[in-house]
Parts: sequence; structure tokens; C-alpha cells
Amino acid sequence: MSNPYDGLADAGEEKHWAFGTGFTAALSDVDRVVPSSVDRDDLVAYCLMLGDDALVYSQRLAEWCSRAPELEEDVALANIALDLLGQARLLLTRAGEVEGAGRDEDALAYLRDERGFRNVRLVEIDCGPGEGGDFAATIARLLVFSAWRLALFQRLTESVDPVLAAVAAKGVKELAYHRDHAAQWTLRLAGGTAYSRERVIAGLARVWPYVDELFTPHPVETRLAAAVDPATLRSEVDGVLDTVFDAAGLERPDVEQIAPVAGKAGRDGVHTEAMGYLLAEMQHVARSMPGALW
Amino acid sequence: MDLEREFERVVAADHRIEPRDWMPEGYRKTLVRQIAQHAHSEIIGMQPEGDWISRAPSLRRKAILLAKVQDEAGHGLYLYAAAETLGADRDDLTARLVEGRQKYSSIFNYPTLTFADVGVIGWLVDGAAICNQVPLCRTSYGPYARAMIRICKEESFHQRQGYELLMTMMRGTRAQRDMVRDAVDRWWWPALMMFGPPDEESANTERSLAWRIKRHTNDELRQRFVDMSVPQAEKLGVTLPDPKLAWNAERGHYDFGEIDWAEFWRVVKGDGPCNAQRVAHRREAHEDGAWVREAAAAYAAMRERAA
Repeated sequence: MSNPYDGLADAGEEKHWAFGTGFTAALSDVDRVVPSSVDRDDLVAYCLMLGDDALVYSQRLAEWCSRAPELEEDVALANIALDLLGQARLLLTRAGEVEGAGRDEDALAYLRDERGFRNVRLVEIDCGPGEGGDFAATIARLLVFSAWRLALFQRLTESVDPVLAAVAAKGVKELAYHRDHAAQWTLRLAGGTAYSRERVIAGLARVWPYVDELFTPHPVETRLAAAVDPATLRSEVDGVLDTVFDAAGLERPDVEQIAPVAGKAGRDGVHTEAMGYLLAEMQHVARSMPGALW
Repeated sequence: MDLEREFERVVAADHRIEPRDWMPEGYRKTLVRQIAQHAHSEIIGMQPEGDWISRAPSLRRKAILLAKVQDEAGHGLYLYAAAETLGADRDDLTARLVEGRQKYSSIFNYPTLTFADVGVIGWLVDGAAICNQVPLCRTSYGPYARAMIRICKEESFHQRQGYELLMTMMRGTRAQRDMVRDAVDRWWWPALMMFGPPDEESANTERSLAWRIKRHTNDELRQRFVDMSVPQAEKLGVTLPDPKLAWNAERGHYDFGEIDWAEFWRVVKGDGPCNAQRVAHRREAHEDGAWVREAAAAYAAMRERAA
């Protein structure tokens, strides 16, 4: 019997590990110089917007871990959460390096307060498991989010910022799978049983009030040369969603949109009541042990 | 009779029994039970660590932990598939788990109380699991052996990540070192119990060895685990919570103290700190998802009719 522990105490011994130790960071070969046409403060804000969308949504999706309706779905939702977490890490790292104040991905994820988070409100609301929703609401959010983010990232591959373009090029492959996964489940739930149809209709109504916000540009998004103006994505995303709804025999939900608060919404750092709890859970350990190494 | 002789010849020659081969009913039953319990352990094992994904204190650790728990779901899937090659039914095995009729590894009936537990589970619990599982890569039933090769590779990756987390924490603050030591104190003895009861009380060992399902006895594997863990603990800078732990030059092994077998049997029989909670969580997820599985089945049937 071979000894599976050989070399464990000797970190230099690469050959003892099943997958070796030679991992390189994603995008390690991309030019990181900020182009002169790009405003640095706006680029930081924009990277936080797209990074926070992914980070907060990943946090929500990971809540399904060990609670999915089927093991295959546990694997799938964790995979999507991991893809988004990967996107978040690249974007927060970029925000930190352009800002130049010494904040890394962890300082940005764990030490910012709620008002500093610039994600859209769609990603932070509780869509289950548990009281906030269910698998259908989760799929409804995934459909809307991935259709929107895929359209956005497809445009972003042309960004003048080489890092944003590279993050987007990596992300579109992932998001195409996420959208496909959500579309397939939308069809199954809509065409499955009377109950599942009822649930998916309710799920879409749960997330739909947050849809307009996705397409409402923040001044940074209209101003920044490296950004995509989300207003320009609306007809394309509507077309994708209508295709899915037509195939599923579903109607676009007819519900009121959630209003901004004093004219402000997620991109301005003004969130729903759910956000504070989400951050409290996410940041608690990191904040309670200052100076710790993880 | 010829079939039985052929089976014995294949096993004795260290070749593999495959799903279509004849096998004694007891062999089939033993394997289904062992593989199912192993699959259940992977699935229940998602809970104690999965509980820390939302609170992982760095994004790198969050990604590592999420990927690891996802791997466990994947291991559960390979293993249920291996059990299905023996005629078992995954739904039936799941029902046995959520109704408490079939067991899983007792280690998961202990709570994960701090983030250091995530590291200690990687180091000691995955380490003990690898010790148990590496010999299963050569077990006599082909699909199980092949599933175990991939599982062992991934487990060894998890173990490395767990140990690396602990090494990092030990270089951090005093509070972190205390956290690691506290976690080691709580997990060491339950990890030793993962090898099962002592050989003289292990009901299934002898027959499983003869069929080459098992390759080593519980006590052999436990000793091996102790011998490997002591130098690792020294390197880490933690003291294992056993005053009797000492090198025995004559035996060429570490001596160690008596395991609390009363606790072992109490937890096996359902009375550990988290038994009820773990099964209830699995049952709730299964029941909450029933309408989704029904919808998927109805949709697939409808598509099949349309085709």
C-alpha cells in the first residue's frame, strides 16, 4: 500500500499531490496598464459594480449547497456560484490595483460596509432555499441575471480596458452555460406539472420587480470609456427572455418595479433590507479576527 | 458451482469482478451496503463543511471550500452509480438514508464550530478517509475500484488544502493558533474512530478480507493513520490530545491511548451531537425538492411522448 501522506509535511515536494502544485492565476498574462482614455476612479467603481454583482450572487447561490432538489443540481448550482466567485475575484482585484490604496480582493469583499457595495439589488434578495423563495425563484433569477450579464459581457469583450476585456472573454463561456441551464429548467418547470408551472410563474414575479434596475445606467456606466451602457442591452435581453417564455408558454410578468430610495439604488450603494444580513454573515469571521492570516 | 469457482479464481488472482459477472449474493449485499454507506457519507459530509462557505474569511478559502463540497456531491454521485451497477436503486438508497435506515460515517455527526474545523477536517478526516480508501482502489469489484481512484485523487487534494489552511493559521495570530489547537483537540479521537471498531469486534472484516473487498483490517489502518499523523502534527506545531501517544521502537509504531468505544457506539447508534440534525437536513432538502423532481420527470415523459 502506498503511503498517501508521503511528503505532506514537506511543502516543496510537488510530486506527492494528485494535481501538482503549479497553478497560475487566471489572466496572469494580460496587460494591466490602464489605457489613457479610461478614468481611473470610474474604472474602480465599474469593476466594483460588476464584481459585487458576481460576489453577492455567488453568496446567494452557495446557500443551496446540500439543499438542492437533486445531487446533480447541487453540483450545478455550486459550479455556477464558483464561476461567479471567480469573476468577482478578478474584478475586485482589478478595482483594488487601479485604486492603488493597497486594498486587495479580501479587503474589498470583507471590509467594505453596505453602502460601499455597488451590486444591483436583484442579486441580493433572498430567493430561497427557505422563506425567501424556492428552486423556481432561484431559476427565475438565474435566467434573468445570466441573460443580462451574458449580453453585457459579450459587449465588454471589446472594452478598451484589457483586463475587463479578458474577464469578459472568460466570463461569456461560463455565462452561456448558466443561461442555458436556467432556460432548460424554466422549460421543465413550466411544462412539468401544474404545481411546478405555478411555482415558476410565482418565481418570475418574485424577481421581475428588480429587472428595470439592470438596464438603468449609473453615471459611471455612461461616462466610462471602458464600460457598457446597460440601457443598450435591453432589447437584446428582452428578445432572449421572450424566446424562452414563448417556448415555455409563459407570459412576461406584469408587476410593478421596485422604486429607488431617494432616487438611489444598488449601483449607488443603496440596497434592500436583505443586504445587511447577507454581509453580516459573509464578513463576520474575517472582521472578528483582525490581523489574521487565511 | 463452476460459477462460484470462477468467482473465487478471479478474486484470488486479484482481478476484478465486473457488473455482469456472477457473484455470491452475500458479496453483492456487502458491496451495496458498503458503497451506499460511503455515498451517504459523502452527501452528509457536505453539511458540516458547507455550513462555513457563507462565512469563509477570504475569497480564496471560499472558492476552495465551495469546490470541495461540490466534489463531495460528485463523489456521492459516482458511488451511487457504482451501487446501481449491482442492482441497487438510487431512490431506494436515498430513502434509506433519509429514513435513518442506512448509516453514514459517524464523523459527520460532530459539529463544525470554527473555521479551523474546516482545516482539521481536511487534514485529519479526509486524511483518515484516504487511508481507508487508497486500498479500495484495488478492491475486487471493478466499478467501485475505479470510482475510488478518482475519489482518492480529489481527497488527497482536499487534504493538502486543509493542511495548508492550518499551516497558514498557525503563522497568523495567537487567537488563530488557539483556534487550530481547539479544533485538533475535538477532532483527533473521532478521526481515530473512523476506522471502525477494533478487529475483534468488527463483524464484517473477516469476510470482506476474504472477498478482497477490504484489503487491511481496521486496526492496521488506524495504526498507519496514527503513525503518519504524529510527524505532521509536530510540523504543524500542535499536540495531539493523547498523553499515551509515544514512539515504540520495538514495534516500530506509535503507541496510543484507548479509544472511548462507548462514545463510538453511542454515536453509531444515533446519539451523537448532530445525528438528528444531519438526517433532518437531508430529509428536508429531499422533500422540498420532490416537486422539482416530479416536474422534471413529467416534462421528460411528455417530451418522450412527443418524440
